[in-house]
Amino acid sequence: MQAAPMLPEILLAIAGMVLLMVGVFVGDKSAKPLTYVVAAALFAALALGWTTPHGDAFGGLFVADKLAYFAKALIVIGAAATVLMAAGRATPSDGSGPMRFEQPVLMLFASVGMMLMVSANDLMSLYVGLELQSLALYVLAAIRRDSLRATEAGLKYFVLGALSSGMLLYGAGMIYGFTGATNFDRIAASVTAMGTPSLGLVVGIVFLMAGLAFKVSAAPFHMWTPDVYEGADTPITAFFAAAPKAAALALFARVMTDPLGDAASAWGQIVAMIAGLSVIVGAFGALAQRNIKRLMAYSSIGHVGFALIGLAAASENGVRSLLIYSAIYLFMNLAAFAFILAMRRDEHAVETIDDLAGASQTHPYMALALAAVLFSMAGIPPLAGFFAKLYVLSAAVDSGLYVLAVVGVLASVISCFYYLRLIKLMYFDAPRDAMDSPMPRDLGLVLGVATAIILVFILIPSPIVATATAAAQELFQR
Amino acid sequence: MSIGLGHYLAVAAVLFTLGIFGIFLNRRNVIVILMSIELMLLAVNINLVAFSAYLGDLGGQAFAMFILTVAAAEAAIGLAILVVYFRNRGSIAVEDVSMMKG
Repeated sequence: MQAAPMLPEILLAIAGMVLLMVGVFVGDKSAKPLTYVVAAALFAALALGWTTPHGDAFGGLFVADKLAYFAKALIVIGAAATVLMAAGRATPSDGSGPMRFEQPVLMLFASVGMMLMVSANDLMSLYVGLELQSLALYVLAAIRRDSLRATEAGLKYFVLGALSSGMLLYGAGMIYGFTGATNFDRIAASVTAMGTPSLGLVVGIVFLMAGLAFKVSAAPFHMWTPDVYEGADTPITAFFAAAPKAAALALFARVMTDPLGDAASAWGQIVAMIAGLSVIVGAFGALAQRNIKRLMAYSSIGHVGFALIGLAAASENGVRSLLIYSAIYLFMNLAAFAFILAMRRDEHAVETIDDLAGASQTHPYMALALAAVLFSMAGIPPLAGFFAKLYVLSAAVDSGLYVLAVVGVLASVISCFYYLRLIKLMYFDAPRDAMDSPMPRDLGLVLGVATAIILVFILIPSPIVATATAAAQELFQR
Repeated sequence: MSIGLGHYLAVAAVLFTLGIFGIFLNRRNVIVILMSIELMLLAVNINLVAFSAYLGDLGGQAFAMFILTVAAAEAAIGLAILVVYFRNRGSIAVEDVSMMKG
């Protein structure tokens, strides 16, 4: 047994507990300094991860491989950016107090949980990592505890999240019973020896997938997403949209292709159905939304559906496209939420899409950046979002999923409507009372950097594409 | 008649289904939802322990221990969120948890 591959997570867990103590003794005025310490700790853990050896730890419970590092890089970037954005947030529209010190610390604990679950090589460590993430996220959703909307969001998220954990566990139990192991390598060996998957195993896989689909907010398990996105404090929503999505997608890919790879005949159809439903729900659900956070929630359901089209291909190419999609989506999301967080009037947050009217005249640079991000989300070339969709669809076509690819393209066309409507509001409508300017510096930094990444992806794709390719390759060689 | 693996699995499946129905059919009280969640987790534990005994492998029982521990933490967090919700809303009836829709 060796613990070295797990050093980054151990460092972060210790940092989290120390910072919690600091927060308890210093009080809420430590919240802002803590955000910087948390962001620094996250990047330190990522750097430590690059220097520590790859391999198994704790008797095969934990594995540090290229897929895990790819996902961890996304988690750290997403979490650190949203932790920093939270530091400069506006007064919420219902006027509750300043940020609590628990917020950055809970974000850190949630990130540790995500890093553990993408590195899980056993159903037990998967569950513990997933729950560490979920328990922190339940509290984060309701952290503005004097707001009715936030506590309602927290309650809904808790009930549906606990239900999904229960289904995931039931599936894990069935898989354990019918393969005789919880370790992914031994499950894989047992599934290979089985040939056609037994009925019990199929039941287990279906329940496990239902649980995972809940966590990535794929239809038909997406009901919580709009309410939680709308109800939670905006910096928290940004966090929900960034890091946990990337982590859960990587986990989904690992669980389906590593231990259950030889049972693809049992899950391929189901993933295809979930993916198709998600892109449809994402496209139609967002049409009627006036609240921009709710709109982003439906948009995220659609994007998760697209990423899952890559998984439905059940090939190395498909997993590669899923990883590329989740990376590009992370940057689009960070940019969009940096903009949403900067939407404020008289120091108070505003969040309906009509508040965007005429933003191109009052905030030309912000509007330009958001327009680029929205074009990218809609999948217009030459922006990164187009290539993300291209990789996914070509993987689907290579695996013969023609119907799914057509559904994806049609849904993408429909979803153009609401992305372009936002751009039309900004560029062609008369300005209403102007939003505050200038944009806070940390938000401007995140918006600028994320938009730049989306713009230059066509010139320098290799940092994302090459690492995703290597990660998918290693996953399929195991 | 001897009690075999199938009987345990059947009991667990029934309990699990009851838990799910408890969440979706219950229209009165959020506390009942928390109880239903516990019921689901306990059904999974029965499954795991039965499989563990059947396979002669201790892994399932270790898993059950993890689930028990996490379920306790989950219940604590769920009740805490319920308390702050009650402070804001003055009710924990399920039909009142409906401020946001669409």
